[in-house]
Amino acid sequence: MNKVVKDPQTALEGIENGMTLMVGGFGLCGIPENSIAQLVKMKVKNLVCISNNAGVDDFGLGLLLQGKQVRKMISSYVGENDEFERQMLSGELEVDLIPQGSLAERCRAGGAGIPAFFTPAGYGTEIAEGKEVRIFNGKPHILESALTADYAIVKAWKGDTEGNLIYKATARNFNPMMAMAGKITIAEVEELVEAGTLDPNQIHTPGIFVQRIFQGQKFEKRIEQRTVRTKQ
Amino acid sequence: MALDKNGIAKRIAQELKDGWYVNLGIGIPTLVANYIPQGIEVEFQSENGILGMGPFPFEGEEDPDLINAGKQTITVRHGASFFDSATSFAMIRGQHVQLTVLGAMEVSQNGDIANWKIPGKMVKGMGGAMDLVASAENIIVAMMHSNKAGQSKMLKECTLPLTGVGCVKKVVTELAVLEIKDGKFHLLERAPGVSVEEIIAKTEGEMVVADFVPEMKI
Repeated sequence: MNKVVKDPQTALEGIENGMTLMVGGFGLCGIPENSIAQLVKMKVKNLVCISNNAGVDDFGLGLLLQGKQVRKMISSYVGENDEFERQMLSGELEVDLIPQGSLAERCRAGGAGIPAFFTPAGYGTEIAEGKEVRIFNGKPHILESALTADYAIVKAWKGDTEGNLIYKATARNFNPMMAMAGKITIAEVEELVEAGTLDPNQIHTPGIFVQRIFQGQKFEKRIEQRTVRTKQ
Repeated sequence: MALDKNGIAKRIAQELKDGWYVNLGIGIPTLVANYIPQGIEVEFQSENGILGMGPFPFEGEEDPDLINAGKQTITVRHGASFFDSATSFAMIRGQHVQLTVLGAMEVSQNGDIANWKIPGKMVKGMGGAMDLVASAENIIVAMMHSNKAGQSKMLKECTLPLTGVGCVKKVVTELAVLEIKDGKFHLLERAPGVSVEEIIAKTEGEMVVADFVPEMKI
């Protein structure tokens, strides 16, 4: 079994028009930028993208929106992207907005073999419309279903040839749950090492969840809001 | 005189208690971290996966892999931890976070909150707000009393799509501190120099006003 592939082109083989993709990241932090660039090159269309955010106009998933490659976005927050807002308000783009915690748990559930779960988030709001409501401990909850994807594309800091992954700081975010929920999970990493190099105690995503892994050529790691303080 | 945004944050900071884990929303709530009362230690949770969030980094020390939920570059304090989004919302849903402070477009007298969508105009999404308000024991809303058009944001019923129902317990605005109880606003404090009449005039919802309403001490 060899999970290592040489480049994003090989890693993303098999992704076709109309497929559902999970894409890790929070804002532009921890996004699989090499794979996104490859999706742009592949010109695959009618994608359903499950990702917490939709990038910015000229980076991240915003690049797929610009090329009108996305039919539907499933996200929790989509500000910071004018093209997204335009496509959504004009009806070109279908959008399913989901509370962030429910989105994370729906991915986790999808990977963990739990078809649905009850959560209090969104009860009494428009996102609860049509969903089953049940009272637990005196409090109303709504039924949310699991999410899975044809392909999950995640980004990690370090990975090994077995597909074990370690993330850095807040670049972890949705990546571990999405790695679990992909029928095929592709990991792009900053540093790919031989199995046995990483400390098993420190692994965040065990290799069982990862089918293909490659080391990204370069990572731009764009910062969305650069905030600093001045030294006194 | 009405408070400015920092004044609102300062007043909310007085609600903090030692040992609390606190989630601060984007906007005015973020400023609360600048006014932690002396002798108190709190840990800030950011829902993108941090406990123990610290101040902004010094110039040149920004790390693109280390941001808060507002996508701003930040630092962490000693003893901080990182985790994934599911774990983060387990903390929130599981009520391990003691206080949530967030902004709002509208609040109603029974504690409903609207802050994520203006139909046909603005749809940015709810982010973590629906999970936060549905589960937090203790929610303080930080906002201006009126919107930019001068209309009250303290309403009998919200007009915008809701973020959560019956969840807000306290609201701090540039004019007042209000508690929400038994389906009504209760005026607890007024900003220094602000009259009770002004607060009544700017509050559309039903509000209980005691004979004596103290000024905030900030």
